Amino acid sequence: MPKNPLAVAMSGGVDSSVVAGMLQARGENVIGLTMQLWNQRRLPEIQSDKATGRCCSLDDVYDARAVAQHLGIPYYVVNFERDFEDQVVKPFVDEYLAGRTPIPCTLCNNFIKFDRFLEMAEGVGADRIATGHYAQIRWNPDNGRWEMLRSMDRAKDQTYFLFGLKQEQLARSMFPLGAMEKSAVRELARELGIPTAAKPDSQEICFVPNGDYAAFIDAYFREQGIAPQEVAGELVTADGHVVGEHAGVHHFTVGQRRGLRVAAGEPLYVIATDPASRRVTVGRDRELLSDRAYAGDVNWISIAAPAEPVRAEVKIRNKHAAAPATILPTSDPDRVEIRFDEPQRAVTPGQGAVFYSGDLVLGGGWIE
Amino acid sequence: MLPMMIDVYGNASSIHHFGQTARQKLDASRKQVAGLLGAEPQEIVFTSGGTEADNLAIFGVATGGHVITTSFEHPAVLAAAAQLDHTLVPVDGSGMIDPDAIRGALRSDTKVISVMHANNEVGTIQPIAEIARIAAEAGIPLHSDGVQAVGKIPVSMADLGVSMYSISGHKIGAPKGVGALYVRKGTSLKPMMYGGRHERERRAGTENVAGAVALGRAAEWIAEHGEAENRRQAALRDRLEQSILDRIPDTRVNGAGTPRVPNTTNIRFDGIDSDALLIALDLKGFAVSSGAACSSGAPEPSHVLLAMGLSRLEARSSIRFSLGRSNTIEQVDALVEALVESVTHLRKLAPSYA
Repeated sequence: MPKNPLAVAMSGGVDSSVVAGMLQARGENVIGLTMQLWNQRRLPEIQSDKATGRCCSLDDVYDARAVAQHLGIPYYVVNFERDFEDQVVKPFVDEYLAGRTPIPCTLCNNFIKFDRFLEMAEGVGADRIATGHYAQIRWNPDNGRWEMLRSMDRAKDQTYFLFGLKQEQLARSMFPLGAMEKSAVRELARELGIPTAAKPDSQEICFVPNGDYAAFIDAYFREQGIAPQEVAGELVTADGHVVGEHAGVHHFTVGQRRGLRVAAGEPLYVIATDPASRRVTVGRDRELLSDRAYAGDVNWISIAAPAEPVRAEVKIRNKHAAAPATILPTSDPDRVEIRFDEPQRAVTPGQGAVFYSGDLVLGGGWIE
Repeated sequence: MLPMMIDVYGNASSIHHFGQTARQKLDASRKQVAGLLGAEPQEIVFTSGGTEADNLAIFGVATGGHVITTSFEHPAVLAAAAQLDHTLVPVDGSGMIDPDAIRGALRSDTKVISVMHANNEVGTIQPIAEIARIAAEAGIPLHSDGVQAVGKIPVSMADLGVSMYSISGHKIGAPKGVGALYVRKGTSLKPMMYGGRHERERRAGTENVAGAVALGRAAEWIAEHGEAENRRQAALRDRLEQSILDRIPDTRVNGAGTPRVPNTTNIRFDGIDSDALLIALDLKGFAVSSGAACSSGAPEPSHVLLAMGLSRLEARSSIRFSLGRSNTIEQVDALVEALVESVTHLRKLAPSYA
C-alpha cells in the first residue's frame, strides 16, 4: 500500500524543487502542484526583460514541470488567478490607497497557500502539504500546540510572513528547509540533479516587477478602467506648513526618504499619510520614533491567547531587528497593545507585528 | 506511416521517380480521405491540422467581410472570426444552434457562415444540412468544423451541403500535425500561406506525405470498422453515463436529450471543483478533462458550458469524458468506482455542498 500522497507547492525555484526531491528520496508519495497566481502578460506597460523575482511566468511553470519530470513525480498546474486577485492583489491596492503599507506575501500565505492550496491538496487526496518556506514547525505535547520557530538559516527566515497560520493549517504543513542552511539546499539541489539548481533566488513581491509597487497600482487602475482619480496632494510638516506636492499617497510609506523632492536643512522622512486629505506629513528622523503600537487581527501560534501581559521581541517589518517589548491584551481579544522598551523608528500601519520569544514565534497581528 | 519517413522520402512535387512514388502515396491518401467524406479527391486540401483548416476556411473566403459563427465553437474558429467583423449566434441550454438564428444574423456583407458539426466538449450534433439550405438561399458559403464528428457519425458532404469542412488527424487515429479542409468545387478560396503551387494553390508548402498517408489510412479504417466501433463506444458511453447518474446523486448530463456523438459525455457534479476531480482521477489512472485541452490552465470555466447558460460554478463542476477505441467495459466500470470515491471525498470537503 503506497503512502498517502503529499503535495509539494512547486514554484519552479530551487527551494521548492529541493523539497520535492528530498521528500521523494525519503520515500514519500510526492505530487507536484504549481499555483498559477497571476498572468504576467497583464499590465504590459510595466513589464521589462530585466524584471527579477517574478512568479508565475511561463518559464517558472516550465522549470517546475522539468523538475517534476526529472524526479518522475505526478505534476499539475492549478489556477488560482481569480482567488489571488481577490484575496491578495485587490487588498494590496486598497491598502496603499488607504495610506497603509501592506504585506501581500502574508495575505497569500493566509488565503492562498495555506487555504486554497491546502484545500486543493486535500481534494486530490493529499492530507499534507510541503512548501519551500524557511521556518520550522514542531508539536509541543506539553501545551498541545503546534509551534513555529525561526529557520536555522537566520538570513532566510520567513516566519515574519507566516504569523497568520492557524493550528489546523500548521498541523498539515511541512517546511523541510527550516532546519537547513541555504548553501546546503543549493548543494542538495546539485546532488539531486535538479535542473534549476543554479537559478537565482526570487526577490521582492512576486507580481510587482522590479519592486515598483506604485507603478503597478497605477497600471492596475488603468487596466480596470478606473478613472485616474484625483490622487495628487500636498507634503506638509507636522505643524501644517506646506513644503511640496506629490502624485498620490500610494507613492509613500512611513519612514521613506527618497522621492520627496523637498529641499530642507536636514533629511526629511515620511511620518504619516492621510488618504482623506491626501496629505503626506514629512519630518525629521526623530519624529518617526514611537514607543507603542496597536495590532489587530492577532493570531497566536506557539502559545494560547494570553490573559496577562507577555514579554516578547517584536518585529515590525521583515528587515527589522526584533525589539524587546511588552504585549498587553486589550478589551478586544483580537487586538493588543505593544509597548516597546526603546522607541522604534517608522512603525508602519499595514505591516505585521510579529512576536518572538527567542526563536519561538508566539504570534502576530496587523499594525493599525 | 513509418515507411513514408524512411523508404518513400521523396518530395511529392518533384519530377524524379522518388518524388513520383511519394506523389502516388499522397494521391491515394487524398482519395481515401475524400472517400470517407463522400467528396472528390481534388476537393481535399491537406493541412497541418484542424486549426489550420478552420483558419483557412474563414480567412480564405471572409477577409474584409462579415462572419457568422456560434458562441460555442472551438477556439480555432472563434479566435479566427474575432480577427474579422463577426456575429456570434447563441446556443441553447441543450447545446443546439437554432438555424433561424443563423438566418437572422445574415447581412449583405456576410462572406461565410461557420457552424461546428459536433461540439468538442458536449458532443451535440448541429443541424448542418438545414443551415446549409439557409446559406445556399443567401448564396453564402457554409463552413463546418467537423473535427469532432468525422469518424464518430456518418459524414457525407453531399447530404450536409456544406462548402467547406475541417477534419483533424489525431481525432481519428492519425498522428497530430495533419488535417484537411474539404473545399467544394467552385468555392473560391484564397490561400493563407504563399509559396509553391501545392494543393492546387490553396496551401503552399511541401506536402506532409507521411501525415497524409496516415490520415488516409485512418479514413480507410473508419470506412471499414467505424460503424461497429461507434456502436460499441455508444454502449460504453451510455453505461458510463447511466452508472454515474444512478450511483452519484446531484449529477446531470450537459447537453442531454439532444443528438450527440457516441464517444463523449459531459457531466456536472454539483459541489465539486472539476480541477480537483480531474487531478484525483488522473492520479488513479483515468485521464479526463474539464473542458478543451487547448484551454486548460486558463482561469475561466469552459466557454462552451457558459454559452449553454450554465453558471460559472456549474461550469466549474463539469467534467468531460471521451472514450476511444482502446477503452473497455472493465475500464468504464473501474472509472465509475473511482468517481464515486473521489466525488464523495470532494463533496465532504466542499463548504458549498450541504
